[in-house]
Amino acid sequence: MNPKSFEYHAPKSVAEASSLAEEYGMDAKFLAGGQSLIPLMKLRLLSPSHLIDLGRIPGLSYIRDEGNHLAIGAMERIAGIARSDLVRRQCPILSQCAHQIADPLVRNMGTIGGNLSHADPTNDMPAVMVAAGASIVAASGQGSRVIPAGDFFVDTFTTALKGTEVLVEVKIPIGPTRRGAYLKLERQAGDFGIVGVAAVLEMSSDGRCLAARIALTGVGPTVVKATRAEEILKGVELDKNTIDRASRAAAEEAQPSGDLRGSAEYKRAMVEVMTSRTIQAAARRRAER
Amino acid sequence: MTKVRVSMEVNQQMRDAQIEPRMLLVSFLREELGLTGTHVGCETTNCGACTVLLDGRGVKSCTVLALQAEGKKVTTIEGIGTAENLNPIQLAFWEKHGLQCGFCTPGMILASYELLEVEPDPDEKVIREALSGNLCRCTGYVNIIKSVKYAAKLRKKGMRGLRKGAA
Repeated sequence: MNPKSFEYHAPKSVAEASSLAEEYGMDAKFLAGGQSLIPLMKLRLLSPSHLIDLGRIPGLSYIRDEGNHLAIGAMERIAGIARSDLVRRQCPILSQCAHQIADPLVRNMGTIGGNLSHADPTNDMPAVMVAAGASIVAASGQGSRVIPAGDFFVDTFTTALKGTEVLVEVKIPIGPTRRGAYLKLERQAGDFGIVGVAAVLEMSSDGRCLAARIALTGVGPTVVKATRAEEILKGVELDKNTIDRASRAAAEEAQPSGDLRGSAEYKRAMVEVMTSRTIQAAARRRAER
Repeated sequence: MTKVRVSMEVNQQMRDAQIEPRMLLVSFLREELGLTGTHVGCETTNCGACTVLLDGRGVKSCTVLALQAEGKKVTTIEGIGTAENLNPIQLAFWEKHGLQCGFCTPGMILASYELLEVEPDPDEKVIREALSGNLCRCTGYVNIIKSVKYAAKLRKKGMRGLRKGAA
């Protein structure tokens, strides 16, 4: 099983990659780790005539503590994030998510930039980015701009990136009042999730939830933001009744469709269960630094 | 389609070839270099039979373009031991019956190799997690886990390569 023939380009800079994308337009695709793109190309679901490999651009693979956020280079491998002590300490939700993506071998190739720009509604990272209030840095030959994660995921396999823009960095806010968790219900180890829930809570010192952000994986055309659930959690103590009401709201906000991983009804029921577990897991975390 | 040149270090030897850009790493290893120890199983990034090490990290070579390995170090099953001089992990799989048909074994051994380089004394949970991208339809995994534990023990004793008879 081989992809269709294509012309291969290995730019040495983001500007060069961007100008190649401009030249070849819709006939071109960027290649990051390839763990989503190459399978699609082998199945001939996608057959770009030009492949622009970002793998030889230096300086796109890093994890940095920048005080109020972590900055992660687009070509950082999922495995690098999963292994990072810095991420585990400062942003446990991201560490927890990275460990649940595919399997260790896929994580060794797959990148955070590829995961996000692929915008598969069953990919795990997008919900975490939305819940964490992350920003995505997109660059082209003309400079760069910052896109809030909440605006980045437009539709299935569709992001706010323009054709000539390369996702170069992700900025994830961190801080002592934030508690986050990502839980995923899997049919089998390493598979895409049936549903996944990301929750990030801002907690006061007396244990109240000042604000919450909840985002759902696998139950809509793209990441679903459970805004009514967030409203229910805001400014209150997280007792059982509150968490139950928020979880029910999240289930109502989900837009699942039935497929081989379960019926729409089943997925909706699982959103309720998983939202409850995720909020509790987040609330149980100790201060993140 | 015009061919392009690719070069990489495979089992500590520089190799290069003119290939079509669409050539997968597994095809490069098997068809260009004749290294058929790397197996083609599911071809869909599930089974891990095609696992090789790329700069020391296990990857599924059916889902990597040969060109993505340009300038990198690739290690296949042929690179970690020979019939006369087995790697301790190979010896351990033999001793503990970590295989039946053997199809998944090269991938299992290379994924185990990466694990043991990072974590010389893994417990069962860590071993299961590390091998979760490698499927075996024969053993039920129990003897594979035993093999990796035994391999860890052999490596700790400083056995880097040895004959079966000497164990």
